[in-house]
This record gives sequence, structure tokens and C-alpha cells, in this order.
Amino acid sequence: MEIEELYQEVILDHSRRPRNFGELPDAAVLVHGDNPACGDEIHLAVKFDAGGGLEDIKFTGSGCAISQASASLMTMKLKGKSRSEAMEMLRAFHDLVTNDAGEAPKALGDLRVMKGVQHFPQRVKCAMLPWRAVEQAFEQGAGETTVSTEPT
Amino acid sequence: MRGADYGVHKVADTTVDWKSLREDFPILREQAHGHPLIYFDSAATSQKPRAVIEALRNFYEHENANVHRGLHTLSSRATEAYEKARKRVAEYIGAPSADEIIFTRGTTESINLVAQAWGGKFIREGDVILLTEMEHHSNLVPWQLLAERTGARLRFVPVLDDGTLDLAHLPKLLTQEVKLFAFTHISNSLGTINPVAELCEKAHAVGALALVDAAQSVGHLTLNVGELGCDFMAFSGHKMCGPTGIGALYARKEILDSIPPWHGGGEMIVSVALEKSTFKKAPHRFEAGTPNIAGAIGLAAAIDYLDGIGRAAIFQHDLQLARYACDRLTELPRTRVFGPAEERGALVGFVMDAAHPHDLTTFADQYGLALRGGHHCNQPLMRRFGVSGTTRASFYFYNTKEEIDRMIEILHKAARFFK
Repeated sequence: MEIEELYQEVILDHSRRPRNFGELPDAAVLVHGDNPACGDEIHLAVKFDAGGGLEDIKFTGSGCAISQASASLMTMKLKGKSRSEAMEMLRAFHDLVTNDAGEAPKALGDLRVMKGVQHFPQRVKCAMLPWRAVEQAFEQGAGETTVSTEPT
Repeated sequence: MRGADYGVHKVADTTVDWKSLREDFPILREQAHGHPLIYFDSAATSQKPRAVIEALRNFYEHENANVHRGLHTLSSRATEAYEKARKRVAEYIGAPSADEIIFTRGTTESINLVAQAWGGKFIREGDVILLTEMEHHSNLVPWQLLAERTGARLRFVPVLDDGTLDLAHLPKLLTQEVKLFAFTHISNSLGTINPVAELCEKAHAVGALALVDAAQSVGHLTLNVGELGCDFMAFSGHKMCGPTGIGALYARKEILDSIPPWHGGGEMIVSVALEKSTFKKAPHRFEAGTPNIAGAIGLAAAIDYLDGIGRAAIFQHDLQLARYACDRLTELPRTRVFGPAEERGALVGFVMDAAHPHDLTTFADQYGLALRGGHHCNQPLMRRFGVSGTTRASFYFYNTKEEIDRMIEILHKAARFFK
């Protein structure tokens, strides 16, 4: 396992220049995702369309290259997706970063660059942090809340 | 600053052959990701010399039995070895009597014992426990729990930008309401060595007791509880070449005699009736159940090993490594080093603008270098310095300057990789 397999160029690029990074003033839901193990945090803002799909999604926060790139890639991928599509994507992404089971589904697109995480079990939480936040955003539908990578 | 204030006995240059000591540690021959292991995480747990590993094996092969009750040969051997270990711990920290040493699982349990058994009896609503901003969670959370239970209040000595305690503030904080001043000897994130003797004296001047968290110091420098003047000292075996799961609490005898048991069970009783029991004296009153017998024996072996090298020499060796690491870290681009410049324990915490601590430690691991990245159980302190975490390199006598040179090379690589 070479370090470049984890930190692929796309990941480094997204961590240096995260996409969809910033405030979303008319957001319906604001979710603060914390990884207490390392102090990383992501603030995810979501706007839903009439059908409950993701009309817009942005984030702020600070963290390692893995969590920042994961958030950046995720927001690009999920914009315009319905709830069921997003949750399907979440399951596929979780599989991608935790299982060494063959080819990653094509539907994941660019997210497949995160595959190297499966060789670094301590970093799975970093990769999943933004996804836990978006899951909570759907769950909640409106308002502001916090999710953590550690159950309390 | 005078060495005596820190419980540090200085020696001139020593003749210890540090490199040959590495041979005593089988694990140092390990590789990680195809590179020779560089173990810079001894502040989390130290590696174990063969002497300690052999002591554990010898106990299980020749002495294993329960202590304090069997009348057979092995039980006598085990009891004798266990109580001899207690005596050895007492000598090691300069405690007048082995009865002042309680074996625990480690620093955390030792502090919880004081918070629950002593605090439960003596702390009342309105009393103050004085702590510092640099405490490890293990010397913070037990007092928060005690404060919630009793209505006591917590106060904190602030930390200055250079990583030392703001002692100018102390008179305002250390007032008559303070019943206990609990502080760390050496900060596990900053490396700061606190002036223990001075702090204990000031605590006593207002009638408070003093507890020292010696987790990061006890294996690294010569200390003597009498000279330091502390009432309690908590430490772990595993950071000083001993096994995990064993540690000790030192407490002055008068104090131990005044506090009730905290855990009930076998070993700690004189007689038990269905409704009521009577308890042994300290230290056995505080050791309910079968203790970690092998652990205590392993800890005594670690003490013999460390004393064979000499803690004064270890302190000088580690200090030189820590200073060298601090100097060399300044060569790296946009890197901030935490903690005092001169006197410091065997560790250095830093952040590089180029990479988050977790990315840096993952990167370093690929080159066989074990660093620690994160908040180091110091979340309030990290907030104080405006960071979510740091990367920490921590050293022991088996580390070398060459390993630090290699660390700097790897960090340069990381800076280029992540920039």
C-alpha cells in the first residue's frame, strides 16, 4: 500500500480547494458533524427542493485532507439527488471505504478515488463524517443539529 | 530556573551506552510498511525491555497463585513477590513506607480513587478543587464528576503562550476555599515541567492538599515525594517500561487512614458478616479483589531496569533529544512548535500548515515513523492554543538523534506532498 493510493491527486486537489465550500444563507437544515477523536468538524447546510431532493448543499469547517475532500466530492455528487438516491449512494460509499470487495460501483463516479481509505481503518470516520451529516439532514428535514462519529 | 524545583537531579555528561540499550527492546527490531520502526510515541506508552517481559513470564511459570490467602508454597511466593514490588515502588519515589503505595490500573484509576474515596468524604458544596488548563482528561473528568456530585467548584490555573503556567494568577485562585490542588508534573502535549515543590508548598500554605499527576515524569526523572511535598502522586507503569494495567497511587499514611474504602470485595476485609464488614488497613483496604499480581511484579522489574540506567542520565538524554527535535522542527516550512524552549519533558508537539495532524501521522506511518496526531486527551488545552490537535513526537532513552533526523526528512517529504 503506497501513500499515493490513499492520497490520490483528486483528493489532494479537493482538500486544497474544496468545492461547495461556504455558507448557504437560506438553508433549511444545518448539521454540525463532529469527530471528537480528532476535533475535526464540518458544518453542512442543505436546501431541499419541492420533492424533498437536495436542491443545494454547501459546507464549512476544518479537518484532515480525507474529511475535507470527502465533503467536497460528496456535495458535488449529491446536488440534485433525491433522498433515496442519496441514501443509496451513502451505502455504496460506506462499502467502498470499508470493504475490499471487488470493483466499486460506477455510479459512485469520482467518489471512487476514496477507495484507498479501506486500507486505513482509522481513517474511515474521517471519510464518513460528511455523509453522517447529510444522513442527519434528511432525517431531520429542518432546523439545526449536531451529529458525532462517536455514539454518546 | 533551579533544577531542584522540578524534582530533577542533574548530572554531567554520562557514560551510558544508549545505543546498546536498544538491544534490550525486542520490538525495536520491528518494521512498519517495510521501514525500520521509529517509535516516537512513548508518551502514550513506552516499549518494554526483555527484563520486564521475562519477569512476567517467570511469574507465570514459577510463582503464579493468588496472594494473601493461600497457605501453599506458590501463594507464599506470589504474595512475597507482590509485596516486594510494593516496597520497590515506594523506594523508587521516595515514599517512607510501602503502606503508602496502592496498586491501581494506572494514573486514571489512581486519580479516580482520590476523587471518589477522599473527595467523597471531605469535599462539600462550595469547596474548590484547583486544576490547571493543561491537565490530561484523566486529571479533569474525575473532578468534574466529583463537583457534580458534591456541588464543589473547579478553578483552573491558566497556561501562558509559552506553555508554562500563569503563576502570577495563582494567589487569586489558590484561596482558603481550595481543598485540593491537582496538577500534572509534565504536560503530555506541551512538555512543560511544572515546579511541583513550589506548587505543593503554596497549596499547603492555604490548607489545601496537593496531588501530582506523574504519568509523564515518573519514568523520566528522579523524584522524591518527600522533597516534592505532595500528598498524593498518581502514575502508570506502562509509560515507564512496565506492563499495561498496573500503576500506583502514593498517599500520605495519615490521609489513607482517614478515608473509607472505595471498592468492596475480597482481599480488603478483616471479617465479613451478612450485614456488615470490617476492613483492613491501607493499602489493602483499597485493593479489593485479586490484584494485577503479574503487573506489579513487572513494574518492579521495570523499576530495577530504569534504576540500572539511572534516571538522572535518562532525563538528560531525553532533554537533549527534545531540544534537538525542537531546533530541527524550526527548519520545516510554516511549522509551529508548542511548549517551553529550555526545560521540557521528552516530547514535542507541533503543527504544520501544510498538513493536518492526522494526515501527517498517516503519512509518517508509511515510512515506519510512529507519531501521534490529535488532541492527546487535552481538548481544553488545544482550544486554548486555537488548534483542534497537534502532532506529537515523544521520546525515551532508546531513541536517537539519527531517528530525529529521519523524522525531519519524512516531514519535509510530507510538506512537499501535501502542499
